[in-house]
Amino acid sequence: MGVDGSAGSARAEVLRRIRAANGGAADGVAARVAWEGVTREYRRSGTRVRELMLELLEDRLRDYDATVVRTAGGDVARSVARMLAERGVTRMVVPVGLRAEWLPSGFEFVVDEGLSAGELNGFDGVMTGATLAIAETGTVVLQNVAGQGRRAVTLVPDYHLCLVRLDDVVETVPEAMARLQGTAELATTFVSGPSATADIEMTRIKGVHGPRFLDVILID
Amino acid sequence: MSGVGLDPRTAPTFPMAAKTMLGDTQLRKNVRHATDVIQAKRARVVAEMPDWQQLREAGKQIRQHTMEHLDFYLEEFEANCTRAGGVVHWARDAEEARRIIVGLVKASGSDEVIKIKSMTTEEIQLNSALEAAGIHPFETDLAELIIQLGEDRPSHIVVPALHKNRQQIREIFQKKMNLPELGERPQDLADAARMFLREKFLRVKTGVSGANFLIAETGGVCVVESEGNGRMCLTLPETLITVAGIDKVVPRFQDLEVLLQLLPRSATGERMNPYNSIWTGVNAADGPRTFHVVLMDNARTEILADEEGRQTLNCIRCAACQNACPVYRQTGGHAYGSVYAGPIGAILTPQLQEMKHAQSLPYASSLCGACYEVCPVKINIPEVLIHLRNKVVKQNTAGVAGFFDVEASAMKAMAMIFRSERRFRAAQRLGRVAEGPLVHKDGRGEGWIGWLPGMLGGWTQVRDLQEMPKETFRDWWEKRAANGR
Repeated sequence: MGVDGSAGSARAEVLRRIRAANGGAADGVAARVAWEGVTREYRRSGTRVRELMLELLEDRLRDYDATVVRTAGGDVARSVARMLAERGVTRMVVPVGLRAEWLPSGFEFVVDEGLSAGELNGFDGVMTGATLAIAETGTVVLQNVAGQGRRAVTLVPDYHLCLVRLDDVVETVPEAMARLQGTAELATTFVSGPSATADIEMTRIKGVHGPRFLDVILID
Repeated sequence: MSGVGLDPRTAPTFPMAAKTMLGDTQLRKNVRHATDVIQAKRARVVAEMPDWQQLREAGKQIRQHTMEHLDFYLEEFEANCTRAGGVVHWARDAEEARRIIVGLVKASGSDEVIKIKSMTTEEIQLNSALEAAGIHPFETDLAELIIQLGEDRPSHIVVPALHKNRQQIREIFQKKMNLPELGERPQDLADAARMFLREKFLRVKTGVSGANFLIAETGGVCVVESEGNGRMCLTLPETLITVAGIDKVVPRFQDLEVLLQLLPRSATGERMNPYNSIWTGVNAADGPRTFHVVLMDNARTEILADEEGRQTLNCIRCAACQNACPVYRQTGGHAYGSVYAGPIGAILTPQLQEMKHAQSLPYASSLCGACYEVCPVKINIPEVLIHLRNKVVKQNTAGVAGFFDVEASAMKAMAMIFRSERRFRAAQRLGRVAEGPLVHKDGRGEGWIGWLPGMLGGWTQVRDLQEMPKETFRDWWEKRAANGR
């Protein structure tokens, strides 16, 4: 597969060394069976009732300074308008396929149809949906689908407003991975709070290169 | 120090380097503060998890299982990644990996690359190879940027600049970014880095990354980070080159449910790090147009072949062992003379390099077991340390050279003395007489020896030895019996 002539032999040599170390070539069927035998006694699903799980999510998001509100399905645009006004942003980029009824009037929404990174850099913020959210870790998961868009779109602007449907909230990481299994090949980004670093004297600083501000609207 | 990589072939031995580091009180203060903070955070978020031990056990089993079927999973990863539009390369060693990467960067038409923090690229000293080829690498992780601009070397696997405090970082940024007015709050420094790098993110067309996990089932690659610099390098360039050790593969997408719980809590004490990116090959509408993965052996198969050492390959590079290690906390990372420092470095480096270049590292531990206790995939580091110490001794006492090995002869003489009570008592008497001229009294009248001659000097290099008691226990016991009490 490699670009130069010796690459094929490197492949053969590395595989030969592995097989020598393991006393023979691995068998795919045996590997499948052995994988099934891995002991998984950790929690595979959450135990909280729905309301407590949602409170946990809100708590974990706020722990990383996100503003979180809950809103009824019909009131999304009004909540968005309030949130954008509070952050003082006006010019937003949105991915293709974001639901039109979620967009309030009075703000500029530009649909990303292949904007350059430089152009994305000129927006106040970005607004997207999400594939799911994980309560226990305070994480929203985005994939490259309608309403969530390219990875660059949620990365370059300084503010990210994320809309999550309550039906898409799970409690634990294993539940999230199980839901994502069917679309595992899509570009996927887990976002837990705004961009942060602790590289200077272990002081947590928000916003190094990604968005410095993350807000979440939970839609009932 | 400037620009020179940490290389066990040229670095001083651990005890020599450690002695120098022990004299640097600022460094020790910085390291102690940073490791205290991470350990406290880690302890708090691990305590939140009622199933932490079950997760560790599953993590261990997944990693062990992967190593047992490594050839199968690598071929599966290769097939799936290729089908998704990625190009997979194989490298037998660091030299071959460097040659492939330099060639790919040149083919991308760029003479600059933006880089995500990657221990693998440190291991193969990629930056100097790129520079030698006329390609300028920009480190984009804040800590790596500090190291690069300060012409320093990393001292920790996760927070490589933890040995620098904010004043030291400010000085580097003021000079190298030409910002004389720069403040010294961490926020000021992070803002300066954001300004400095944003232009590069938007301009440079080629990115280089490592990988936290390669997913055999899907051909996907996962990178875990905090700052967003990783996402910038992974998504904005036209060409992305990812280099990963062959040990980074995991069987199935589902296995991330374990590893993505263990890694962030162990590494930075967070429930989840701010960003995880998973991508599979190329997608015309999202991210780079060209994607390469370099799968590198570089002595990993030798570790795999060693029955007792192979658990070293289970490491997911969280550095929890480093933070917990009393030896690392006193000496800092540079003393290890290797990019992998701390307990994991003490077992990984001697196995990745020819053992003779890192003989002192298996001894850079008190065997207290703290590293084993915090390891999220239960690598028994003390067990491997002892295994490697045995190897060192065997190497040094083998063949003709072993016949002249001073330490081995001394040990044989000791064994001879310990086997006979008469010889043991004679040695004790001799010792008390011999130590006389070396003993000095402290304020409380206790005798100490600060210097021992010849080979014994190793002991007193970094600590004092208490003088022998005037009377042995046996003498006292016998006297007591004779007095009839």
